[in-house]
Amino acid sequence: MKFLLIMQVNPAVLEALTEAERDSIMAGHEDFMKAIRDSGEFIATQALADPANSVTVRGTGAVPAVTDGPFLEAKEFMGGYYMVDVDSKERAVELAQQIPDAKFSGLAIEVRPIMFEAGFDM
Amino acid sequence: MSEPRTVEDLLRTLAPRVLGVLVRRHGQFDACEDAVQEALLAAAVQWPAEGVPDEPAGWLVTVAGRRLTDQWRSESARRRRETAVAMSRPYHELITPAPAEELERHGDDTLTLLFLCCHPALSAPSQIALTLRAVGGLTTEQIARAFLVPETTMAQRISRAKQKIKEAGATFSMPAGPERAGRIAVVLQVLYLIFNEGYTATSGPDLQNVELTAEAIRLTREVRRLLAEDDTAAGETAGLLALMLLTDSRRATRSTPDGGLVPLAEQDRSRWDADLIREGTELIEHTLATAVPGPYQIQAAIAAVHAEAGSTKETDWDQVLVLYELLDRMSPNPMVTLNRAIASAQVYGPKAGLDLLDSLAADKRVARHHRLDAVRAHLLELAGDLDAAREAYVRAARRTVSLPEQRYLEAKAAALR
Repeated sequence: MKFLLIMQVNPAVLEALTEAERDSIMAGHEDFMKAIRDSGEFIATQALADPANSVTVRGTGAVPAVTDGPFLEAKEFMGGYYMVDVDSKERAVELAQQIPDAKFSGLAIEVRPIMFEAGFDM
Repeated sequence: MSEPRTVEDLLRTLAPRVLGVLVRRHGQFDACEDAVQEALLAAAVQWPAEGVPDEPAGWLVTVAGRRLTDQWRSESARRRRETAVAMSRPYHELITPAPAEELERHGDDTLTLLFLCCHPALSAPSQIALTLRAVGGLTTEQIARAFLVPETTMAQRISRAKQKIKEAGATFSMPAGPERAGRIAVVLQVLYLIFNEGYTATSGPDLQNVELTAEAIRLTREVRRLLAEDDTAAGETAGLLALMLLTDSRRATRSTPDGGLVPLAEQDRSRWDADLIREGTELIEHTLATAVPGPYQIQAAIAAVHAEAGSTKETDWDQVLVLYELLDRMSPNPMVTLNRAIASAQVYGPKAGLDLLDSLAADKRVARHHRLDAVRAHLLELAGDLDAAREAYVRAARRTVSLPEQRYLEAKAAALR
C-alpha cells in the first residue's frame, strides 16, 4: 500500500525553533530517509518551497485566472512529503511518528493513502 | 530457440532447482540467491542469441557458482589487504557442473526454498518479493514494475528480507512437525496475495512483462505437485489452486476496455473461460470429497457455484449462503460476513442482509471500510430505499482508495439521483 506522509509545517513554529532544534530536524530527516531506503519502503521524497513562491491558476469559467500566492491562505501548509510503500496503514502511521517533525508541537504529518488502479479483489 | 518466451519460461522453471543445488553445497542462501539471479540474467542475454546449452541447469549452476567464487575471491582479497592474513579457497571444486542426482532433488528444494522465502519473520511485501525472485525466477526489475515501485526499492526490500532470514537463524531445511503445517499456511497465503495482486490490477502497461496471476497459478501447481497426496496441506493447496482457476476464468469479463469495473451480476458469462471452469470445478469437487475442508476449499466451492450458473438469478444462492456460513464459522472475518450478507439478501430478502451488516457496524476492522458502505448501498437499493442507497454509495466512493472502484461507485450513486 502506498501512502503520502505529508509534512504540514507552520512557518511561525519553524522560526521559533532554536538552531540546535533545527539541526536535529535536519539530521533526523537524513536518518529517517536512510531507514526507509534500507527497509525497502522508500519511493520518493520532495521538499516544497514556501507558498510565498506559489502561483495559483484558478478555474473561473472559460479562462482560468492566474494570481500570485497560494490557493489557501493558511497558517499551515504542505512543506514536503515522503511517498512510501508499506505493509499496512499501521506501518505508515508508525513511520510518520519517526519523522523528526513529529517531536515538535505545532508541526504535523498527515498520512494519506494513494489511490491505485486496481479493481475488486477475489 | 526462436521464441524468447520459451527461454524465459525455461529459466524460471530452472531457477529454484539451481538455487537449491547451490545452497545445499555452500549454505549462504543470501549470496547464492544473488549469484543465481546474475546467472539467470546472463542466460537471458546469451541463450536467445547463442542457443540453449545441452544441460541448461548445469550451465546455470556453473555460472552461478563462478559468480559466488568471484565474490568470495574479492572479499577474501579485501580481507587479505585489510588483515594481511592469507586465505585460500578450493575454487576449482566450486565450478564443477552439478551431478544429475543433485538436480534430481529439486522438488524438495523448491518447497524448502518457498518455506525460507515465506519466513514468518518477514512482512508480506517482503515474502512476496523474495518468493517471486528466488522461486519464481523473476528479475528485480520485473517485480518492481509489477508493484509500481522503483527498482532500487525492490532490490533493497529483497536484500533486507534475506538479511532478516539470516538473523532469524533460518536454515535451508524442511521444517518438521506442527511448525511445517503453519509454514505451509503462510506459503499458501503468499501465493494467494500474489494472485490477488495480479487479479486486482485491471490493466495497464505496468504489468506487461509479468503476469502475476499466471505466476501464482504456476507456483501453486508446483506446490501441489510436490506435496504428497496424503499431506495434511494437500487439500487446502488444491483448494487454493481451484479458487485461482475459477476466479481467473472471469478475467476477460471483469472490466471494460477503458478500465471500468463490471460486477459479477453484470458480467457476460458466455465469455467466461470454460476450460478454467472445468479444471477448477473438477479439482474442487474431487478435493472436497477426499480432504479435510478448509477456507480455500470453501471459497473455491463458492466460486464453482457461481461458475455453473447462467446468471445471478439462476445462481444456487441457498448453496452459496450455506458455504459462507460455514466459512464464517471456520475463519471468522468481517469480509466473509459482508459476503454472507449479500447471499443472505438473495435468499431471505434485503432486510436479512442489512441486519447482518448492522452487526458489523461496531467492528473496528470494517466499520470505516468502503466495502461495508458499498454492500449496504447495494442492499438498500434492493430494498427500494433509494435515497439511503445513494448516500451509502457516495460514502463508499469517498472511502475507497481504488480509482476504478471509485468511478464505479460514483456512477451507481449518480444513477440514483
